[in-house]
Amino acid sequence: MTAAAASVRGRAWVGDAPLFAPVDLVLHPGGWTCLLGPSGVGKSTILRLIAGMETGARFEGEVTRNRPVALMAQDSGLIPWLDVTGNVTLGARLRGTLRASASSQHADGQPGQEADPTARAVALIEAVGLTDRAHHLPANLSGGQRQRVALARTLFEDRPLVLLDEPFSALDARTRAQMQDLAARLLDTRTVLLVTHDPAEAARLGDRILLLRETGLTDWPIASPRPKAAARPYDAPEVLSLQADLMRGMMA
Amino acid sequence: MRTVAALIVTVLLLWQGIIWLAGMPPFLLPSPLRVLDALWLNRAEIARHAGFTLTEVVLGFALGSALGAALAVAMGFSQKLTGVLRPILTFSQTIPVFALAPILTLWLGFGMAPKIAMTVLIVFFPVASAFLDGLMRTPQAALDLAQVMGASRIRIMRHLRIPAALPSLATGLRLAAVYAPIGAVIGEWVGGARGLGALMIHANGRMKTDLVFAALLVLSVMTVIFARAVAIALHRLLRRYGV
Repeated sequence: MTAAAASVRGRAWVGDAPLFAPVDLVLHPGGWTCLLGPSGVGKSTILRLIAGMETGARFEGEVTRNRPVALMAQDSGLIPWLDVTGNVTLGARLRGTLRASASSQHADGQPGQEADPTARAVALIEAVGLTDRAHHLPANLSGGQRQRVALARTLFEDRPLVLLDEPFSALDARTRAQMQDLAARLLDTRTVLLVTHDPAEAARLGDRILLLRETGLTDWPIASPRPKAAARPYDAPEVLSLQADLMRGMMA
Repeated sequence: MRTVAALIVTVLLLWQGIIWLAGMPPFLLPSPLRVLDALWLNRAEIARHAGFTLTEVVLGFALGSALGAALAVAMGFSQKLTGVLRPILTFSQTIPVFALAPILTLWLGFGMAPKIAMTVLIVFFPVASAFLDGLMRTPQAALDLAQVMGASRIRIMRHLRIPAALPSLATGLRLAAVYAPIGAVIGEWVGGARGLGALMIHANGRMKTDLVFAALLVLSVMTVIFARAVAIALHRLLRRYGV
């Protein structure tokens, strides 16, 4: 077995109240790991620990990560004054690697260490199906379109490890299913940690499903492998039965 | 606009009515017509003084805003600096600017400098305060992303925090534009012979109350126009920036 892509070992408190019992989460390289659980058990805290962000909780233990990450969350975090292209290339702008030739008006003019960011952005915007909206501002996009932009921005970062913090939970059921398909296709070659409270989402996307409850972390058995670069069909009997299983596990 | 015009006419009529009924002597309360008369007779002198005041206001506003904005950005960078500066700034605002005017005149002379300094003192606080407030309220989702993307603090400030705080800065600037003339006029009251403030003090000393009112009227109109111009400029700027 190869080295872990990331790991979290330890426990956390919010104030004096324990947030989660001791967990030992090891994220293996490749594929989708779904961290499933109800709200308030510390799923997002684990993700934020891996990302190296502020958590607001007190954590005692050890976090490791051996590769750079990209982040996508429920709040798309789109910058309202940048158009779709500007938002997709935000990382380059913030690192000062966006070239002066880029369409943006506040480009920095440092020659890129990243190969032509604008061309990559154009390709990614096409991949998420927003080519005709490349110059729209976020205010003129629907919730689903915003998450498409966020997905393109995440892909633009081109990081081997991608952290998804309930990215589709604010979307309607149909848009959510479409986004799951799109994400499964576009993030195929990467190691993905998906934090979700939706058993149906975990059942569709997880190569491995970790159920986080107040009592601790459970590695949930999965019968059928996920098809390559795709989500499992939302209506397949084995997916529905896995979903029911997970729901029972969450209720237990 | 119609309501405003009606209100002004009503106030003018009341004013004139009080003078007729109470038989006020003009050196106590001149009639509106007398004020207009004084305005017309002294138009050249008033315009010259208004020019000085406007120059002080514009320069003081620009300097004070720049200082306030720079201070806000510096404080936005460092919690420590904010912790030290915030109480000092609040304390500085408890000192009445009226009390500072004579000292500034003593230090900076009778020219424009102390008036501009007074305006700066009045302007910088609302600007710094509103801008800092905006800088501290950047959406957390964007800051999280920036951190994971490996952005430096300077770039986060420049590309996220400052643009996101521009509406707050605009609020501070609009407020400061209304207050700026007060600083200039207080400065003029205390020392020097130029500007609408100085004109008012001298006219008051000679019982030329109608001239005081005329100067006051010009000052008010000037302030309204200046504040409006600043507001329009900010509105255009913000729209172009898209925030």
